[in-house]
Amino acid sequence: MNPDAVAARPETAAPVRPPMAPKMSIRNLDFFYGRFQGLKDINLDVAERQVTAFIGPSGCGKSTLLRTLNRMYSLYPGHRATGEITFDGENILADGVDINMLRAKVGMVFQKPTPFPMSIHDNIAFGVSLYESLSARQMDERVEWALTKAAMWNEAKDKLKQSGMALSGGQQQRLCIARAVAVKPEVLLLDEPTSALDPISTAKIEELITELKEDYTIAIVTHNMQQAARVSDFTAYMYLGELIEFGATDDLFLKPKRKETEDYITGRFG
Amino acid sequence: MTLIYRKRLFVNRMNLVMSLLTMGFGMSFLLWILWVLFANGFSALSPTLFTQMTPPPGSAGGLANAIYGSVIIVLVATFISTPIGILAGIYLAEYGKDGLVANLTRFINDILLSAPSIVIGLFVYTVYVMQVGHFSGWAGSFALALIAIPVVVRTTENMLHLVPASLREAAVALGAPMWKVILMVTLKAVRGGVITGVLLAVARMSGETAPLLFTALNNQFWSGDMNAPMANLPVVIFQFAMSPFEDWKSLAWAAALLITLTVLLINIAARTLFRQAAAGR
Repeated sequence: MNPDAVAARPETAAPVRPPMAPKMSIRNLDFFYGRFQGLKDINLDVAERQVTAFIGPSGCGKSTLLRTLNRMYSLYPGHRATGEITFDGENILADGVDINMLRAKVGMVFQKPTPFPMSIHDNIAFGVSLYESLSARQMDERVEWALTKAAMWNEAKDKLKQSGMALSGGQQQRLCIARAVAVKPEVLLLDEPTSALDPISTAKIEELITELKEDYTIAIVTHNMQQAARVSDFTAYMYLGELIEFGATDDLFLKPKRKETEDYITGRFG
Repeated sequence: MTLIYRKRLFVNRMNLVMSLLTMGFGMSFLLWILWVLFANGFSALSPTLFTQMTPPPGSAGGLANAIYGSVIIVLVATFISTPIGILAGIYLAEYGKDGLVANLTRFINDILLSAPSIVIGLFVYTVYVMQVGHFSGWAGSFALALIAIPVVVRTTENMLHLVPASLREAAVALGAPMWKVILMVTLKAVRGGVITGVLLAVARMSGETAPLLFTALNNQFWSGDMNAPMANLPVVIFQFAMSPFEDWKSLAWAAALLITLTVLLINIAARTLFRQAAAGR
């Protein structure tokens, strides 16, 4: 199962590059939902312009880990994180960090497609207009660029004034990706982006991810191991809030160092 | 086994019959009210209602000044109560959430929601009318606004709670400040429901009499001045219905019918709007 998945990766994929300066460094990260500890002493680097996948059984903390990277948990009182996450030389877990600015640089796409209650054009313009002031024509160009990046321009170009909610599920999710990409973030966090979609849309989005990593650092959470094997350069296997193993995807899937990892990827549980 | 089945069937039918009967019982009173209203008020309906003033006893007339007064007072009260109610609802749902101030506000709001309207009327009388020295349309609007605000707060908060967390998070994930998320995404997503809440508050205000008795009072003549006592339909009904004069009584019926039809139309509009909004317009 695993060798086939790895062999199925397109030949055009560049070989795994030697480690470079990581875009985001996580050190000694603990996370608490109230009194329950969701993450225990996580240490890993998110490599620049590579795809890092977080895999593991349900409840292992992979979404929790992803959501610390853009401090999404700060919306909820009682959720807190201790430790250090370094991004652009700054610890984003510290007090006094401009969270909105952080989120403009670290974008997120969610599992459930969430188009805003506005036209397709305005959906994309919403994020862009937060931090850039563009003329109407520049905005139209940006919208076109973002939709093209998300492989949606041809389908959407005649419907720009229509509500974003009138699209199909796969199209809505690609709209959300276009929306996240339009603000030109440095990092893209994808939280199970294809789990609610049909196989064709899933394949399109996986192609997209492989293209997007030329320009963006990507972290993806997926419960689909084959997807992680197809799409990612580095994989982190998590279980019950702990990071069990982290390494290059090929190494982790073909020669896992820990027995727990091997059990998971061979389907013994989870 | 057939015995158990037959018994269950019987109990099922019995319950169905009982619930239909009780529903019929309740509905019959509603229909009776509407019937009496129509029977008595329909004959008094005519264009003169809208063109002539409330008459002195013994002469023919209309309800023009009362209709105008009611419309103005309710409109002004709506303008006062809607922004306050919506903003408070936003605070409770998005900012305060489960905090102490928010819980206290909700508690007080629920008390105000069921406060007797005559108490509100007396309050405005003491605090405003007596200070200023005369009855006025402003006082009437003030009292009605106090009645409408809790309704709008409740419905706005409930509607905002229906917005899925994922939508809010998606807007926040783009780096939008909270107020933009609320205004351009969250509130927009439930605008149909919020407007329904406002319409229901308007419907409630339209029929309140007790507060107006102590604040706007009434006016025999055309009154466009909000600073003076203002004619309005509910108080006209109060005054005319128990009088011994026939034309006054028929005018009271017409006024009652007008108010009921207005409230009915507003409720239908509110429900149609809500259904559109719920269907994801």
